[in-house]
Amino acid sequence: MVAFLRFLINGISLGSVYAIIALGYTMVYGIAKMLNFAHGDVIMVGAYIAFCAMAYLSLPPLVAVLLAMVVCTALGVVIEGLAYRPLRQAASLAVLITAIGVSYFLQNAALLIWGSNPKIFDSVFSVGTIRLFEGELTITSETILTIAANIVIMIALTLFTGQTKLGKAMRAVSEDKGAAELMGINVNRTISLTFAIGSALAAIAGVLLCSAYPTLMPTTGSMPGIKAFTAAVFGGIGSIPGAMIGGILLGVIEILGKAYISTELGDALVFAVLIIVLLFKPAGLLGKPVREKV
Amino acid sequence: MKKMGKILALTLALMMILAGTAMADSIKIAVIGPFTGPAANYGLACRYGAQVAADEINAQGGLQIELLFEDDEHDTEKAINAYNAVLEAGAQMIDGNTTTSPCLAVGAVAYEERVFMLTPSASSDLVVADKDNVYQVCFQDPQMGTISANLISENNMGTKVAVIYNNADDYSTGIYKTFIAQAKEIGLEIVSESAFNDDTTDFSVQVASAKDAGADLVFLPIYYTPASMILQTAKNIEYAPVFFGVDGMDGILAMDNFDPALAEDVILLTPFSAFSDDEAVVNFVEKYKEISGGVEPNQFGADSYDAIYALYQASVAAGITGETSYDEACELLIEQFSTMEYTGLTGDMKWDETGAVSKLPAAYVIKGGAYVPYGE
Repeated sequence: MVAFLRFLINGISLGSVYAIIALGYTMVYGIAKMLNFAHGDVIMVGAYIAFCAMAYLSLPPLVAVLLAMVVCTALGVVIEGLAYRPLRQAASLAVLITAIGVSYFLQNAALLIWGSNPKIFDSVFSVGTIRLFEGELTITSETILTIAANIVIMIALTLFTGQTKLGKAMRAVSEDKGAAELMGINVNRTISLTFAIGSALAAIAGVLLCSAYPTLMPTTGSMPGIKAFTAAVFGGIGSIPGAMIGGILLGVIEILGKAYISTELGDALVFAVLIIVLLFKPAGLLGKPVREKV
Repeated sequence: MKKMGKILALTLALMMILAGTAMADSIKIAVIGPFTGPAANYGLACRYGAQVAADEINAQGGLQIELLFEDDEHDTEKAINAYNAVLEAGAQMIDGNTTTSPCLAVGAVAYEERVFMLTPSASSDLVVADKDNVYQVCFQDPQMGTISANLISENNMGTKVAVIYNNADDYSTGIYKTFIAQAKEIGLEIVSESAFNDDTTDFSVQVASAKDAGADLVFLPIYYTPASMILQTAKNIEYAPVFFGVDGMDGILAMDNFDPALAEDVILLTPFSAFSDDEAVVNFVEKYKEISGGVEPNQFGADSYDAIYALYQASVAAGITGETSYDEACELLIEQFSTMEYTGLTGDMKWDETGAVSKLPAAYVIKGGAYVPYGE
């Protein structure tokens, strides 16, 4: 029983990292209707910025995180402006391939700047671990921080898109770009803002990912990025609570699958569950079914 | 005045040509490995190691070495492109490839076209199998599994052993299989076996299964990046068995910002220790760090350094010059390598007819952020 609880907690811990990345994916997809495959790599850049700020400039963790957010926000806006904006009217396949190109670009740029040797990331928030059942069950402070950050970000995003003028503009753009423009909404600026918020979230995700799993390399963001994308689809892409639920479920399934079925099949199980869910609920767990117009 | 200029230019050109012919003869050695991409760490180590060796040799005078670097990105297709590029540029022999899969791909073509290859670090036994033109500087994976099991049992390092290996990696599964086989043979008890792959970020299940099975030694036939994650995970759940790694563990201390306390008492097998106070090693480490920008060399760098020296020694003995074609050089080098002996940074080497090297790894323990020979 303790073993099960321990795996469950590990699963939630891993899942909450997926969830926070998935929030960024879902945010950009929900509004700009594009899959930003470079999201995982913006996470990696965020983690590197925070790492450099802490290790080389000896800045306090909080300042390092803020700096990473600022740099990633700028990076997100620049990527959007240079790579995606010119393709606004192009087929979605072209945008998708561009996103993959941006992803490779970021990875190789990181390789040039920071080298291939892994860096060990110091946790930004370490107050020790909670020990239960005489040390049989331990919960690290990173786990708690990640879950807390998830909840705060989810609520903040829901309020922002629901209540504020800018958030409403985002929803309008997401529903119908043309109509939104006719209503006097600046579509380009709204999409830029979406990317800015998504990239700032990526910086936070990068810091949390590397606090929990401290090895930082130019490829650090890619697999968690793909898993988080899966989580976003699983929860219903475009839905903010869906991303969170999808992420946590994915982490729990992965860990329990590895623990009780086979360590070799962990990833296969995750994707098998995704396929089954999509067969029965094509829009994901919380996604709204979209009727195709013929 | 114009005429004078022309004459001056002509004389200068003539002098340069004369100087060129007066310069010592040089052989061209290609170094192929992943200089970018996820395996860049290993390829760059080989590149720097080779550069140190070539610089030393060229400073001595006599037959010179010209290195041709080509990146294979740890990709079989790009490895073939890199191979074609270096042959076009006039390479006569190859120090490479760094990693196993590209080395297998290039080896097959090089066997047909008769190009001699000495791989510093592709350690699968398949690399040299059925190819008379491919030789290794590193020892082979299967050997390491057997040696590890014997060492653990002979020194009573642990009685209940857990194994965590990478099932997406030929290197790791190769060692894992021979380790398990040897453990059965000598009656070493294996209580837990778990796997991960290249994309795994979370190792909590693997470490927990070793802990729950009561393992007092965890065998890690893997590279150091995942190993560092496993050490961190074990610390988080307050699990402190003996960790026993193989040569892939070498390099863990060179990771940026790595806390050496995490690797305290970790045992590893390696043919090369940068902490040795042997004069040749100290000299190599110093020159290597100048080229690498301060990064400590690991065994890949030392293996590649040895590869260049071994190729040089064989070339001199066989009378290979800059004029020798690659297929002639291949037959001459095969003849040399099957009989010659070479002493390098990574030990005394002799090659058998398959191309495998006879040298043995030594066991080291990490103490206070440095390697100490095991048992001292």
